[in-house]
Amino acid sequence: MVARLRSLMAVKWLTVYAVSYMLFLYLPVILLPLFAFNDATVVAFPLSGFTTKWFDVLWTTEALHGAVRNSAIVAISTAVLSTIFGACAARAGARYRFPFKSGIIGFIMLPLVLPEIIVAVALLVMLVQLGMSLSLWTVIAGHVLICTPFSIAILSSAFAGLDQSLEEASFDLGESKWGTFRRVTLPLVMPGVISSLLITFTISLDEFIIAFFLTGTDVTLPVYIWSQLRFPTKLPSVMALGTILLTLSILLLILAEWFRRRSARRQGRDAAAAGGFV
Amino acid sequence: MGEEMQKDIIALTDLSKFFGSYHALRGINATIREGEFFSLLGPSGCGKTTLLRMIAGFETPTSGGIAIDGKPMEGISANQRPTNMVFQSYAIFPHLNVAENVGYGLVTRKVPKAEIATEVSRALAMVDLAGYADRAAHELSGGQRQRVALARALVMRPKVVLLDEPLSALDKKLRDQMQVELRELQQSLGITFILVTHDQEEALIMSDRIAVMFEGEIAQLASPEDLYRRPASKRVASFIGVMNFLEARIKAVKGDIIRLNIPALGDIEISRSGLAPELDLDRVRSVGVRPEMLTIAFDDAETFEQTVEGEIAGTSYYGDMTYYSVQLQGQADPVTISMRNTAGRSIAKPGSKVRIGWGAESLVLFDSD
Repeated sequence: MVARLRSLMAVKWLTVYAVSYMLFLYLPVILLPLFAFNDATVVAFPLSGFTTKWFDVLWTTEALHGAVRNSAIVAISTAVLSTIFGACAARAGARYRFPFKSGIIGFIMLPLVLPEIIVAVALLVMLVQLGMSLSLWTVIAGHVLICTPFSIAILSSAFAGLDQSLEEASFDLGESKWGTFRRVTLPLVMPGVISSLLITFTISLDEFIIAFFLTGTDVTLPVYIWSQLRFPTKLPSVMALGTILLTLSILLLILAEWFRRRSARRQGRDAAAAGGFV
Repeated sequence: MGEEMQKDIIALTDLSKFFGSYHALRGINATIREGEFFSLLGPSGCGKTTLLRMIAGFETPTSGGIAIDGKPMEGISANQRPTNMVFQSYAIFPHLNVAENVGYGLVTRKVPKAEIATEVSRALAMVDLAGYADRAAHELSGGQRQRVALARALVMRPKVVLLDEPLSALDKKLRDQMQVELRELQQSLGITFILVTHDQEEALIMSDRIAVMFEGEIAQLASPEDLYRRPASKRVASFIGVMNFLEARIKAVKGDIIRLNIPALGDIEISRSGLAPELDLDRVRSVGVRPEMLTIAFDDAETFEQTVEGEIAGTSYYGDMTYYSVQLQGQADPVTISMRNTAGRSIAKPGSKVRIGWGAESLVLFDSD
């Protein structure tokens, strides 16, 4: 009886801990859409009514549209470039043996642990010394530097899990090296590639420090949002913007997972066992 | 001989391969004939897979050359060679179905779609997989994957099919069945097959000729029967089947007649012409006798060329056969003798004395280890 009670208590405590943990993590996120639809300039309870006017404000803010466009350019370019670089490095790491291999791979992975502010300042100093003007391209360069390690981490397992004899079989059946990559390697690492594209896109999209230092006159979305926070009246529309971004991220993640499960199912692997980032 | 008329399809000349400082192949010379089932047999690490991959174009020789159908293969990559390979892991493309796997190489050749479909179903029928075209790769059993890999190679109509231990992943029953099927298919198609295997029984069953390899060299290249009956060295003899080795000495050579003394069996005269011509008589120190070349005389009325007394030390019962371990006078280790378990014959008990029949035909002479 005592033992049963004790086990019941233990379960209870664990539940309480888990629930409060989740609340602490996600409550602020839930508040975001709540205030985005609140008909008041002040972000405070009690809520005063339902409105979509903060979203309407977004539609008419030209500066915001520019920032969204800039962020889209940066995030898409970063995602594509770092996934290509990541794929090259991951394949080389999985397939070839070369001198100083672990040193080289470690060196590429280094930005993962370097403080971003150090990277940002160092890049800024170097670009200025080289006499290059700051633009979206310098932001992209900085983002590729920090996103490539993530891409390598995701794609390494995809390439390592690839049976080398599959590529040999394709080559043996008369296909060229490029054709083999296109018809065999790429489809098989596709879940990893999509996962890498989405993750690096997301990292680049909300990256602030490097964008803040390296951006010229064209600001990205996080830098724009930060600049808007100085004006209290703009806060509700920032929250509306945040709500849109939140919805988009969730949709992207669901899409990524759906793709991964579909391809895992097609290859007859257990979707849950096959791993994945989500 | 009819075999001499056959055309050579592959010529290997002085092939050597170094992996760093490791000498994987040490001067391979061999010709493979058109339409034959050729096996590379040896323990792991003997270089047989390296040699096969070199013929396929996946490894480059350090020195020496390969010619296929008279054309030197130097500088010709794997995707340009008239060879197709069945990989040990089968390497079935997991994202394609059976028909797409088999038709993969034809797409590369830009064969029209309709023609690919007919070729694929022909190839699938050949390997008994008609009706499996739409199956996903992961729905196939091990044996079916092996068949798909074979169909995928055959559909290319290669001059040579290369098989890298294709049956090692299958269970014993299926493996025995596939050995027969593969052999029959090869004979009906008349395409040259080169098989890499470490399983001597598999090589004996399937091959026209076998190259036994040790440490990057071909120790003997012969037909299964020659290999079994006239192994060139003690090492080949013990790798192929079971062989009893007995100490022996040549007492005299008179023309064609050689007088041989075997302490464990006795004296015998054999004819020089029955032995391999390259055998160095001065260096003969031992003879080999296969277990089935010795006979235990269960019936006193049986007559033999020669007989010797022995005592049964142990038995192993195999159902159709019994392997006797028999102690002979003047020989430290017992010899192994296999006897068929015919009707009405009981297994002799350990400790019983038996008469053992043997003859000149039973012996293989060795001039080295």
